[in-house]
Amino acid sequence: MRLILEVWRQDGPQAQGRFETHEITDATPEMSLLELLDRLNHQLVEQDQDPVAFESDCREGICGTCGIDINGVPHGPEDNVPACGQHVRSFHDGQTVRIAPFRAKSFPVIRDLIVDRTGLDRIIQAGGTVAVDAGTAPDADTIRITHHDAEEALDFAACIGCGACVSACPNGAAYLFTGAKLAHLRLIPAAQQERSKRARSMVAQMEQEFGPCSQIGECALACPAKIPLRAIAAVNRERIRAGFRSRSKEN
Amino acid sequence: MSAAKATEGKGTAVDPLSLDALRVIGQELDGHLPDVHPRDAWTDRKLHYNLVNPANRRRFKIIVVGTGLAGAGAAAALGELGYDVEVFSYHDVPRRAHSVAAQGGINSPRARKVDNDSIDRFVKDTVKGGDYRGREQDAYRLGEEGIRVIDHMQAIGAAFAREYGGQLATRSFGGVQVSRTYYTRGQTGQQLEIAAAHALSRQVAAGTCKLHSRQELLDIIVKDGRAQGIVVRDLVTGKVRAMTAHAVVLCTGGYGNIYYKATLAKNSNASAIWRAYKRGAFFANPCFVQIHPTALPLMSQWQSKKTLMSESLRNDGRIWAPRKKDDDRDPNDIPEEERFYFLEERYPAFGNLVPRDVASRNIRERIDAGYGVGPLKNAVYLDFRTGIERLGAKVIRERYSNLFDMYHELTGEDPFQTPMRIAPSVHFTMGGLWSDYDQMTSIPGLFVGGEAGWGYHGANRLGANSLLSGCVDGWFTLPYSVPNYLAGLLGKEPLAHDDPAVTQTIADVEARVERLLSVNGSHGPDYFHEKLGAIMDRYASVSRDVEGLTKAIGLIRELREEFWRDVKVIGEGDRLNQELETAGRVADYLELAELLCVDALDRDESAGAHFRTDHEIDGEAARDDEHWCFCSAWGVPAESGPDAGKHIRNYEPLTFVAVPLQQRNYK
Ligand SMILES: Cc1cc2nc3c(=O)[nH]c(=O)nc-3n(C[C@H](O)[C@H](O)[C@H](O)COP(=O)(O)OP(=O)(O)OC[C@H]3O[C@@H](n4cnc5c(N)ncnc54)[C@H](O)[C@@H]3O)c2cc1C
Ligand code: FES
Repeated sequence: MRLILEVWRQDGPQAQGRFETHEITDATPEMSLLELLDRLNHQLVEQDQDPVAFESDCREGICGTCGIDINGVPHGPEDNVPACGQHVRSFHDGQTVRIAPFRAKSFPVIRDLIVDRTGLDRIIQAGGTVAVDAGTAPDADTIRITHHDAEEALDFAACIGCGACVSACPNGAAYLFTGAKLAHLRLIPAAQQERSKRARSMVAQMEQEFGPCSQIGECALACPAKIPLRAIAAVNRERIRAGFRSRSKEN
Repeated sequence: MSAAKATEGKGTAVDPLSLDALRVIGQELDGHLPDVHPRDAWTDRKLHYNLVNPANRRRFKIIVVGTGLAGAGAAAALGELGYDVEVFSYHDVPRRAHSVAAQGGINSPRARKVDNDSIDRFVKDTVKGGDYRGREQDAYRLGEEGIRVIDHMQAIGAAFAREYGGQLATRSFGGVQVSRTYYTRGQTGQQLEIAAAHALSRQVAAGTCKLHSRQELLDIIVKDGRAQGIVVRDLVTGKVRAMTAHAVVLCTGGYGNIYYKATLAKNSNASAIWRAYKRGAFFANPCFVQIHPTALPLMSQWQSKKTLMSESLRNDGRIWAPRKKDDDRDPNDIPEEERFYFLEERYPAFGNLVPRDVASRNIRERIDAGYGVGPLKNAVYLDFRTGIERLGAKVIRERYSNLFDMYHELTGEDPFQTPMRIAPSVHFTMGGLWSDYDQMTSIPGLFVGGEAGWGYHGANRLGANSLLSGCVDGWFTLPYSVPNYLAGLLGKEPLAHDDPAVTQTIADVEARVERLLSVNGSHGPDYFHEKLGAIMDRYASVSRDVEGLTKAIGLIRELREEFWRDVKVIGEGDRLNQELETAGRVADYLELAELLCVDALDRDESAGAHFRTDHEIDGEAARDDEHWCFCSAWGVPAESGPDAGKHIRNYEPLTFVAVPLQQRNYK
């Protein structure tokens, strides 16, 4: 297959970016989008040109490292699939494919297709954690968690932290990400002690760096971990619940 | 000591690739094992450890490299105790460490059911599974501490699967007959890693741990015989700098990517442990490499890696190949009697759940004998039909949904409709930096944890024991053993940054970066990596022989020479440069690969994953306990003298008390 790639090039956070056009003549349908970029880079190196900087690691949809924007869609044309799992078979011979970094105010470009997503980690640092020191946990078998609750917790805990939700949102909101963590920890018994405090501090940190929810649900379509849209409701529910409890209450 | 016997070479050989020209026998090593029954070793050792007073802990700086299960756990636990911890990783955020990709589960001998599990049984399985080439004492610690690992990880957020009654669910893994594997669907590593990374985040917020992301360790600072710091390159700015500390802990993962295409994350590499080796840390059993039986086969030239299909699938999936050669029929059209369930037939006691090395060799045997399936005839089937009939599609979906989805995504085929195609792939490295029972390497002050180390898994790791060893090392071993070392350093400041040992190590790293950039050859680093992978796959994989290994060493040397003559690294060093990162890693692989093959050549027996065709009984690995019951721990060759350039094989004898030596038998 022949594909025309328009790839974003940018030397650094401050530098001016531009699209650069390249042609791949031997793409195959089973290639992933990242393998297509590997192919391009191989070609660039052969021609003594600077390869395109992009990130990936597991290449099996779990680490959340990959993350690029394909023809304006975070991760690519298939819903709920990360860039490393998107395939060339989604395109037709001769098609032009535009590859850009995740677009969001809170994700500054580091180089080419690599952006800085540490803002999401700062939301976690603000309170997405459980205050249990090593060795102090009670016997996990004496704490019953229903099968349903464990599965529900996992539905939210599956977030891979890629940031596609932020990039998909016209406002650059991190509601799906934040809500997933709140909804997950709500179901973990040891995490109950700080439930209100957690909601207050995570939401405050989220609002400091990310935009307001646009309510259109693009985020859930882009999400490779299929985080349910209910995560967004969890942000509001947990925030309101915390609001009704006095500030001195942590749980 | 029988190890010395191997030195009785004639000394007349001139062939530079003969064993005597390649290696020399070094010293016997002391693992500092407690002098009690292995079952009591950990309790005894903890009792004798020195402690650091809580008020003094802030005055000790500890560097932890890596934020996988081992590193994140160690950093968080040491931070919780009040030490001043500096955490480094090449990832952008801690949660991305390769541990996140583990699928199937984590073992723990909690023995809550009546299937007769116990810590002793866990040790037996681990030691036997590892073919008696790991430490019994370490296996006991793993089992003992593994119990509270589950409690802790559950408490900090890992949503383990639950039965309908609300109790923790378990499943079985290869090499065992009880059900002790705890899991969260097919994404156990993800849940554990996120929980651990978040616990680390809590310490970052509390100010006890400082995070240094996108920083790659490129050297270790050794002064007065102690590890006193590290040198890192900032992957964004290219700046090389040093950090000094009272102790350094390496939790940098395994080196399986030396085979080019493996199931590991693309960035996993050997550089941290290799640099430590070059500074004097011994490298244990480099040839013990696990080939996982169930990965997706290569389907095209550009496929960037192999993808693991978790071992847990063997609980409900049955492995078979057609009885007829070159059978091109759709698998669903092949009748039952024409399917060869070779593991079930050959190993009736364990069936599809034989240990990985046994499964891989059998699958490879079928493929090599011409019974492979798929377009490239390089796979066998993993079939869920019986499981679905027995349990229903809903249960199967709940157990493995994300694995089935992943397979579907990658191949376009639905495992509910048609059997998976699987093939063996390099997956895990049992070898790693040698350490004593306290996880301290042969460089005092340099500790190791997780896959970067050795000890628990011997010559073959049991499925679901690695997430366990990462967690046990990180949360429940290093936080005891590192302070014991620190206690002796009270009042000492970390090395000054203008100390010659620091400036010299920085200069060494800068010179190496410069050297890589200045070759200006004709091929990118990946080209050499691919060639190296082909050599390793061919000669140092599921089965090995003297001729092949000798040939491989020659080829690796040629390739290394070619690399330094002809590598092309585009771009400069003072910016984000992924070609430069790759080049540095490949350069290290080219050195480690030689040691791996020398170790495989040296170890004149079969053990676990190290299968030498000249040592087999009925197709099974034939160990030689009389001569090889030890861990090989390799040191850097001397630069001058009669043995200049020869790899130095030190050895730590292994003794087995609780699980007496016996030949493995899974039939
Ligand atoms: C696909 C797959 C599935 C698996 N499934 C299972 C399973 O079900 N059960 C099980 O028990 N085991 C499983 N394993 C094995 C297990 O996941 C790993 O052995 C284990 O997670 C390793 O953890 P670790 O903490 O030692 O290292 P890793 O998680 O690999 O972390 C390494 C860390 O070191 C850092 N690092 C490395 N080098 C440097 C450097 N030079 N400078 C700075 N930082 C550096 C990295 O950034 C990273 O943070 C699986 C492995 C694979 C490949
Ligand atoms: S590379 Fe890990 S999710 Fe895509």
